[in-house]
Amino acid sequence: MPTRTVAVGSASGLHARPAKIFVEAAAAAPVKVTIRVGDKKPVPAKSMLSVLALGAKQGTEVTLEAEGDGAEQALTELATLLATDLDASDG
Amino acid sequence: MAEVAGLSGIGVCAGVAAGPLLRIADVPALPPPVAVTDAEAEIARASAALAEVVAFLEHRADRATDETVAEVLRAEAMMAGDEALLDGVRDHVEGGADAVHAVSLAFGTYREAFEAAGGYLAERVADLDDLRNRAVALLLGRPMPGVPQPGHPYVLAAKDLAPADTADLDPAQVMALVTEVGGPTSHTAILARALGLPAVVSCPGVLDIAEGTLVLVDGATGRVDAGVEQSVAEAAVRGAAEVAAAVAALTGPGQTSDGYGVKLLANVGSAKNVPAADEVHAEGVGLFRTELLFLDRTREPGRDEQVEAYREVFSAMRGRRVVIRTLDAGADKPLPFLNQEGEPNPALGVRGLRVARQRPEVLTTQLAAIAEARAQTGADVWVMAPMVSTITEAASFAAAVREAGLPRAGVMIEVPAAALRARDLLRVVDFLSIGTNDLSQYTFAADRMCGALADLLDPWQPALLQLIGICGEAGRAAGKPVGVCGEAAADAALAPILVGLGVTSLSMSPRAVPAVRAALAGVTEADCRRLAELAVAAPDATGARKAAGL
Repeated sequence: MPTRTVAVGSASGLHARPAKIFVEAAAAAPVKVTIRVGDKKPVPAKSMLSVLALGAKQGTEVTLEAEGDGAEQALTELATLLATDLDASDG
Repeated sequence: MAEVAGLSGIGVCAGVAAGPLLRIADVPALPPPVAVTDAEAEIARASAALAEVVAFLEHRADRATDETVAEVLRAEAMMAGDEALLDGVRDHVEGGADAVHAVSLAFGTYREAFEAAGGYLAERVADLDDLRNRAVALLLGRPMPGVPQPGHPYVLAAKDLAPADTADLDPAQVMALVTEVGGPTSHTAILARALGLPAVVSCPGVLDIAEGTLVLVDGATGRVDAGVEQSVAEAAVRGAAEVAAAVAALTGPGQTSDGYGVKLLANVGSAKNVPAADEVHAEGVGLFRTELLFLDRTREPGRDEQVEAYREVFSAMRGRRVVIRTLDAGADKPLPFLNQEGEPNPALGVRGLRVARQRPEVLTTQLAAIAEARAQTGADVWVMAPMVSTITEAASFAAAVREAGLPRAGVMIEVPAAALRARDLLRVVDFLSIGTNDLSQYTFAADRMCGALADLLDPWQPALLQLIGICGEAGRAAGKPVGVCGEAAADAALAPILVGLGVTSLSMSPRAVPAVRAALAGVTEADCRRLAELAVAAPDATGARKAAGL
């Protein structure tokens, strides 16, 4: 199954605004994407509550998985988003 | 004629208002579980309730005028509409739970995960509880908890107000606030003063008044009359408005009837607050809080950005005194860029000037920015540090201020240790400013936010007044200014006592300035000293008020 493992780049972790941006992007993806921390249970990446409950901080490695048409591209885009510091646009 | 009931509490924001009383709806208790016969119907009920919560939050987000508030509401709507949450509800119903319990259990899973994660997520637990309570209330056919939005003016009654309630509080509808618990430094009191709403806290019995009863609230005396006639209420409100107008008509510098000058200053957070200060003829700014610039930031604001923010206030107050406080981070104001998470007891942790022990560059950058803004505007800028406990800390702060080329350095008195050594502090700094909220908290070992300890946080506590007196005496002996910039400075009845204790300036929410000016104009300096002696000698806060003739 296509997989990407990436360290969270946002300074405040995968919380608040960064989480919202990521979840919205995952919801817009053409395939069902899951996210997990380490060997824990994968959760749907488009679920805000599940993503928040991961408790991922800056530098936490998370793994994305998806299957089907467009999975590779969707994962690449989402992984790039996760690696970016989404707090940096705070101004 | 309805029966008139008189209740009394602590008045925390002066003013008289009347209106029908409405309560913040309680969080509904869970009824006993019911056996499920039609699982699909239960799931549909739960799903509909969650959808209604989502619609409610989105509607409120659309109406919110503040973009930050709107964004928070949309994020909450996203959580309430989360598919994984609904999956959880489905699992619990299939496991035999009814809709109400299934919703409650489904939220519970995330609640546990958020609590376990700590930090930011632990603070979001209250949001989850709010969503859960709304959905549960809908399923039980009860009003959703929260501040009522009836679309007409009313008096809001509650056990206490939480910071989260303040976002829902529409000043066009809420005429006055009455809470059963809470004290002079509770969120209710701070919010009331910011909005200029008459408010009474610590008022037992207010929650027993029937919804819709006409109540008359006097935020100065703390009296709440329920069941009054409309005409009586109207006359009282009109009378109070006339007195307020007469008080507001008094202008000019603060002074006693025999001409002893007391500077009346305003507390501001940004240039936005300056017009309000001008409106009440404040003689300057006694507390310019600089936290606003730093809040919610993952990085320290740059020097240029700081210069700009300070310059705005300095130039708006041109020719007048501006006392600026260096960053007061920590405790109830944690700042993300300082990574302060994980202190077991933040109120006693690395906060205020103590941050400079680990991050001296934050202070030096700020002082350099203040100096530059001063140079550009020529304002009369005084700089003070929060949370100073020792002479060594004060001396090193004063040295840093002078190093930055700034003429006047002072310290805040919030820690009893500093108050006790006021005389020594004034050998190394130019002025003192007493932050009565924190000084109360640390003197009485009582959390500022703990409503159950409101009586200990009363600024009329003689022990607090005694510490203020030590500072005042030290100021008189050194010929240096001693100000008060806590909530106590906004208490018009207390103003003469503070002056009698040796306080030379009072800094407060601009709205409080006219009443304080009027209170001082009604007494002589000798009266002030006599009242101060009586208040300090009183056995307790009630006795101190009695001694002052209240």
